[in-house]
This record gives sequence, C-alpha cells and structure tokens, in this order.
Amino acid sequence: MRMLKSVLYIVALPVLLLVIWYLATAFGEKNFFVPTPTLLAETFVDTWTWDRMTRDVFPSLTRLLFGIAGSILIGIVAGLLIGSIRWLRALLEPTLEFFRAIPPTVLIPVLMLLIGIGDDMKVAVIIFGAVWPILLNTIEGVRAMDEVLSDTTRTYGIGGVNRVRYLILPSAAPQIMAGIRQSLSIALILMVISEMFAASSGLGFTIVQFQRSFAIPEMWSGIVLLGIIGVVMSFIFQLVERLVLRWYHGLREIENAA
Amino acid sequence: MTDQTPSTGAPGPRRPRGSGGSHRETEVERLHRLEGASRVDQRRGDTRRHVDAATVAGLDIPTRPDPAAPPTSVAQSGPTGFPTPSGPARARRRSRRGGMTRFLGLLGLLGFLVTWQLLPLTGIVNPAYLPPASAAITDLFRNLGLAAFWEAVGDTMWQWLLGMVIAVTAAAVLGFVIGSSTVLRRFTNSTIEFLRPVPSVALIPLAVLLYGVDIESALLLIVYASFWQVLIQVLYGVADVDNVAMNTARSYGLGPFARLRYVIFPTTLPYLMTGIRLAAAVALILAITAQLIIGTPGLGAEIAKAQSGGSYVAMYGLVLATGLLGVLINLVMRIIERRVLSWHSSVRTEVVK
Repeated sequence: MRMLKSVLYIVALPVLLLVIWYLATAFGEKNFFVPTPTLLAETFVDTWTWDRMTRDVFPSLTRLLFGIAGSILIGIVAGLLIGSIRWLRALLEPTLEFFRAIPPTVLIPVLMLLIGIGDDMKVAVIIFGAVWPILLNTIEGVRAMDEVLSDTTRTYGIGGVNRVRYLILPSAAPQIMAGIRQSLSIALILMVISEMFAASSGLGFTIVQFQRSFAIPEMWSGIVLLGIIGVVMSFIFQLVERLVLRWYHGLREIENAA
Repeated sequence: MTDQTPSTGAPGPRRPRGSGGSHRETEVERLHRLEGASRVDQRRGDTRRHVDAATVAGLDIPTRPDPAAPPTSVAQSGPTGFPTPSGPARARRRSRRGGMTRFLGLLGLLGFLVTWQLLPLTGIVNPAYLPPASAAITDLFRNLGLAAFWEAVGDTMWQWLLGMVIAVTAAAVLGFVIGSSTVLRRFTNSTIEFLRPVPSVALIPLAVLLYGVDIESALLLIVYASFWQVLIQVLYGVADVDNVAMNTARSYGLGPFARLRYVIFPTTLPYLMTGIRLAAAVALILAITAQLIIGTPGLGAEIAKAQSGGSYVAMYGLVLATGLLGVLINLVMRIIERRVLSWHSSVRTEVVK
C-alpha cells in the first residue's frame, strides 16, 4: 500500500499534465506550434535514428564531457592553490570577479576569432563558462577548513600531498560538489549555444535547422532530447555525489537525528 | 587520519545548493549547523552516552559554539607556531591586511591588463584578432558618450528586470504554496526535478517561432531559467522552518497568515535572497544570449553586429561593457541582500569578526 502511494505521488502530476496536453491539442483545429503527444513520440523515434545520433549527438556529448572534465580539473587545482595561498587570492580575486561576471556566451565570438571554428573552440567556451562555480566553491571550501583539524595535522607533521589528500580535499568536498552541480547545467547550455552560433553539425545546430525549415514536430523532438540529456546528467551526478559524499551525508544524519 | 574523518569546518550546503561561492552563504550554513548542533546537544543531553564511542569521535563538537565569539583555535599558538591573536592587535592587523588586499587586487587587475596589452603588441597573438587592451578600453569610453550604446544597455536591463520580476513573483508564490503542504510537495516533486535540468536554451527555436526578435523571446528564456533557481531555494527555505517555533506559534493561537508572516517568511527570506541573487546572474546571461543568438535588441545584438561586420575593437569594447554590467549587478544584489537581511545573524556576525 505504501509502495503504491509513493508511486502514485511520483507519476500522478506528469500523467495529469500529459492528459491536459493531449486534450488541448488533439481536438479542435490543428495547432501549428504544438504537436499532439502521439505525433511527438512518433517523430522522436523517426528523427533520432542511430545514424543521426552518431553524426550529431555523440560529437556534441563528447565535447560536453571534455569541457566538464577540463572545468573540474582546472577548477579544483587552481582553487586549491588560490584557496591555500593568501596573497595569491588577494592578487587574483578582483580579476576573477570580473571574468566571472562576463556572460560566457559573449566569449563565443571572441574565441571564434582567437581559436577558430572547431571542436577546440567549443570545448574552450564550455570550460570558460563552467569553471567559475567549481573554482570559487573550491576556494571557499579550502578557506572554511576547520582550524583545529588544520592545526592538528600540522602538529602531527602531516604535510604536502597527504595534507591535501586527507584534510583539504575532504573538507572542501561538499562545497566542490555544489560547484560541480552548477557547472553541469552551464556546460550543457554552452554546448548548445556554441553549436547554434557557428557549426555545421551537433545537437544545437540540428534543432535550429529544424526551426528554420519549419519542421515543428522535429524541432520539439530535439527540445525533448535536450531535456532528457539534462535530466540524465543530473541523475548521474546525484549518484556520483552520493558515493563521494557518503561519509558526509552519514555524518549529517547523525547530527540531525535528534 | 583517514578520509573518513569528518570535518566541522566544511560548512557545505546541507543539500547541494547553488552557492555562488559567497562567503555569506557559508556563514549562513555554518550558523545553521552551529545552531542545529547546539540545539541537538541540549535536546539530546544524555542520550549521547548511548551512542558508541566511534560515533562520538565522529560527532565533532563545534569549535565555535557561540557564533559571535571571535574564532579562536583550541590549539593556541605554540606547537603550531601560528598565533591566534585577539583584541586590538588583531583588529590592527586586520585593517592593515585589508589595505594590503586591496593593493594586491589592483596589482592583479593591472597585471592582467598589461599582459593583454603586450600579447598583440609583441605579436604573440595576431593584433587584428586581439586588439591591445588600450584600444578596447578607449572604445568603451567612446561608447559611453553614444546614445545608441546607452539604448542597448537600457534594452538589456529592461529585459533583465522584467524577466526577474515575473520569475521571482511566480516562483515565490508557488514556492510558499507548495512548500507549506507535505502532500503538495510530494505531488510536485517529480515534475520539478524533471523540468529543472532542462536547459533553457533548448527553448530558443520555440521563442523564435513564437515571437521572432521581439522582447518576449528573451523574456521566455529569462523567466524559464530564473524561475527554477528561485523556486528551489524557496522550497528549501520553507522546509527549513523550525518545528518548535512552528508549534509555539500554533499554541499561541497564531492563524495561518500570521504564521506565514512571523515564522515561515523570516526563515525563508535568506534562502529567497540567495535564489534572487543566483537568478540575477542567470537572467543577465540569458538576456545577452538571447540578443546574441536571436537578435532581440540589446548589447548582445550589438556584439553580434560588430563581429559579423568585422569591427573587432568595438566587439571587445562591448564584451568589456557586458562584464562591467555583470559586476555591477552582482554588487547591487549583494548590497540589497545585506540591507534586507541586516537583522539576520549571518550578516550581524560579519561585523563582529
């Protein structure tokens, strides 16, 4: 019974929305902008064949993964450095503030000039936009380290790599994860935009092509596919986060179990 | 020491939530944790003894039970060689360090500008594609005297403001309504979690079809993206309301509206402000993006024109302008947040420290 109830809670509203959508589009005159759910489902299957997936979707996803990996690497390494060295932070903070405030999409034309139109430009755009949340959160996480633990490791003579591995990284991990979560959505947005602006293949390019040729149901199927990619990414991230921060969530539960 | 060792010091969000990495948020979190921890201690009192030793070792006793107390380490100076000063000496050092920080920050900015100036001049980068910093900054100043530039800024800001107002109002109202009932929260959870990661730029083609280059195109994107930021924060905030306070209000006979006004709203306000600050940055990005890609009037459209027309100096000047606009919006949002939350302990303790 309880199982049934929780399943109901999960599916009730989506089903309700689907029914409303169906009723709104299936009867009366045909709506030019909004396809019926059945038509959309058919179009989705027809449009995103294996052939198109390999030509347009997988290259996009590869660029996205490279961009995310690059942002995580650069963000954490630079964040650890800047967070640990006080004068370095003071030196770089205003400049970083300025760069963070530039809407990353604006840099697409700039990077097109400097790097050219290619995969590396798109990866660079993704990194340039997605690195800030990770970098700034890592800096904050390193700075907010517990002083007692920090002093204790010093007293015990734990330094260098071990200090980073056993003290700094675990301390900053929750903050870093929060940063990565924000970066994922930014990276996805920039992947699409960079393909809309200057590309001859890719998911963003394809969707714009559909729109320009007024292939409305195909365009919607592209939007749905982007949505699915976003949802899957967020789901994978939650799994990874649960693994990485298992000790932390356990600790919180103990603390909150009053 | 293993990496299983917990740390008090990581004031990580209790649930992963977007913190723009601001010091304030960590402060709020730390405070929540400290309050929570000390509350737990009082409430649990002696139940702690029933917890096995390993757990007790894991349960870190907060180093600063009183958030207003200056942060002094238990390990005083000596073995570590790091003094933990207090009082006037500390204040003096702090002010001196503040001046030093500002000086270093300016130095960093100067260093960046000098690097930018030298890269094209020495020919490392083709000067046609990367004009020197002086040229871009001169162009920016020339823009400040042009009506067309201010018109573009005005268009951008107008779209930003309108989108923000719509998104924040809708999200706050919905957030309070959904958050106040467990049934509604569970009922809407799956839909919210599904719609939130959908990238707003996926809607660009739809916006173009429906509205073309009108302002509504930009608004559609801005509202969609900002709405989720604020809604999620408000939901967290409403969920964070203290049960004891709520029950107290009930037993004192406060009606639903009075409870909303005196219990739920003050608890949620810091979260709401965080949401608004995050939404402000996102809204600007999407306003500029819509202008760049779709061509709604504004700074983004000017950049696209400059780029396709090959006037690269003007393009860099405009990019600098958008950056400054972003900095300005961040600053104003911070100031508003401090004003609105001046009563909140997280802001008050900043003054003490």
